[in-house]
Amino acid sequence: MNEKISIETFEHLVELAALALSEEEAVYLRRELNHQLNAIEELAAIPLDEDLALTAHGVPYTAAISPVMRADTWQPSENPEEIIRQAPQTDFGLIVVPDIPHTDLD
Amino acid sequence: MQLCDLSALELTIKIRQREVSAVEALDSSLERIRAVDGRPGSLKPGQLTAEDQKTLHAFITLTEERARRQAENVDQQLAAGEDPGPLAGVPFTVKDLFCVQGTPTTAASRILANFVAPYTATPIARMEAAGAIMLGKVNLDEFAYGSSTESSAFQPAARNPWNTSRVPGGSSGGSAVSVAAGEAVLSIGTDTAGSIRQPAAFCGMVGLKPTYGRVSRYGLIAFGSSLDCPGPIARNVSDTAAMLNIIAGPDSRDNTAVTLPPEDFLEKLESGVKGMRIGLSPDYFRIAIPDPQTGEYCQQPLPEEIETRVRQTAELLASLGAIIVDDVPMPNTRYGIPAFFVISRVEAASNLHRFDGVKYGYRTPQKMTDLNKMYRLSRGEGFGLQPKLRILMGMYVSAAQYSEQYYQRALKVRAMIRRDFEQAFDKAGKYQLDALLTPTTPTTAFSIGDIYGDSVLMQFADQLTVPANHAGIPGLSIPAGFDGQGLPIGVQLLGPDFSEASLLRIGRAYEMATTEEAWRQIKPQVLR
Repeated sequence: MNEKISIETFEHLVELAALALSEEEAVYLRRELNHQLNAIEELAAIPLDEDLALTAHGVPYTAAISPVMRADTWQPSENPEEIIRQAPQTDFGLIVVPDIPHTDLD
Repeated sequence: MQLCDLSALELTIKIRQREVSAVEALDSSLERIRAVDGRPGSLKPGQLTAEDQKTLHAFITLTEERARRQAENVDQQLAAGEDPGPLAGVPFTVKDLFCVQGTPTTAASRILANFVAPYTATPIARMEAAGAIMLGKVNLDEFAYGSSTESSAFQPAARNPWNTSRVPGGSSGGSAVSVAAGEAVLSIGTDTAGSIRQPAAFCGMVGLKPTYGRVSRYGLIAFGSSLDCPGPIARNVSDTAAMLNIIAGPDSRDNTAVTLPPEDFLEKLESGVKGMRIGLSPDYFRIAIPDPQTGEYCQQPLPEEIETRVRQTAELLASLGAIIVDDVPMPNTRYGIPAFFVISRVEAASNLHRFDGVKYGYRTPQKMTDLNKMYRLSRGEGFGLQPKLRILMGMYVSAAQYSEQYYQRALKVRAMIRRDFEQAFDKAGKYQLDALLTPTTPTTAFSIGDIYGDSVLMQFADQLTVPANHAGIPGLSIPAGFDGQGLPIGVQLLGPDFSEASLLRIGRAYEMATTEEAWRQIKPQVLR
């Protein structure tokens, strides 16, 4: 089997993705990633028409159907307490997190 | 027949004429839920019992009290001579991917299990403003990542009402199940690669993926932001049109919601198909499955029973005056899934970065002294396998060194898929189609456990629906009979941008012409 994602690459990805994984999960996920990359291999072989423009999505948004951007003005939230209440840990209306690690730059 | 088995349009007329009350309609739905649904999905399901295997488990959260207050309100409005709206008293369910203020909104994930939405998604607010009664939140694949509803963190996951050993499809599985079993009259789902149309097909329902931008995404937890479309699941085409009337339209809170003026999708619904050009494409009558080891594609014909149903549908539409155009080339159809593997994963990974245990949702209970460790553990414990897989894949294919090879190419392939449709629908072109008629799915509902875990094979369940998501165009799946095992077969109509009215019209013509057919009288297994 063609393994594009080695254990090393996988561990690097997991670190970037900020995911703690069990060993069992890691085995499953790396295997499936490799299967998926094999399944999309043929993308590389599709003859592309270079004139084709890339779009943000399928439907072209002409001026006639596009909403006008609203003014960039500050508006107070209707229910800030309700939103803050969703946070796992708060103190006096502020969200509490563990210490943020600092690295001194040279 | 109970009140909950009526169509939305029949039921709301009875309620508006005060022949029955909205509370009676609600009670009928609740009685059906108690009879067929079994226990709701939960994070701590324990052992699956024999009873669990016979019940449907469409729901994660039943909001009975809220629904009763709404129903009483509708009845009071009617008693006072006021108009409660065009869907007055019609019970509906909501895929648990939409925020509804004051209700748990889980995305079927542990990471959002404790999240109570502080606001309501626009399509749901519009349904409620139209007098419809929200019964609760229904199950789905975790974050909508799947085609069977099996990946939900809330188990038991939903089961197919036609055969409870089969999946209902997904990701809007709970939506399709609740409507098929008469628990709700309507449901709102979302479709990113087929997640409305495929479960609708598997459960014998009508499902519409509107044109991208037709229905606001405000308040919808995002999967693939360039592909996601909220839309209706209903028992018939007329109800689908009535629901689209309510949920479609511009929204100042979603800058991708288009500003087209309101349209009445019921107005010309029964005008027939005379002179409409409907295409068939050989590229939708074969399926491609990759070998997971080698990546080599194996082309297979579509199961004969499904192809036959599509061809019979075409013949029937021809007998009603439609012009059938054969051999329409859609050569890039087979690249839909490979391109989706890339685009959807990049967007999903980006959308999932917001779940970090800080502002809302799950945070690891482990004592942490370092923010980075808190992120890793909260995300590791909170996300199931399928979100993790999408995050990793999305990060890999969009990494600077691979982006050209994967992401940029996939975007071009999307444009090629779009061009296939533009050529087929071009009014000055060779085919000049009003719609393309295809099967909705490569198979009927598969057995629970058969595919789940194989993320490649599961994705290929969407190969006939995903091209519409890439192109942004609307797609309608309608039931067209059953296979030899008694499982529903769906056929799909695809049309140009904003052609929902035409697709619904074709669907309705088919429905009217087949009303008396024997297969239409068959009830789901759980209701027999």
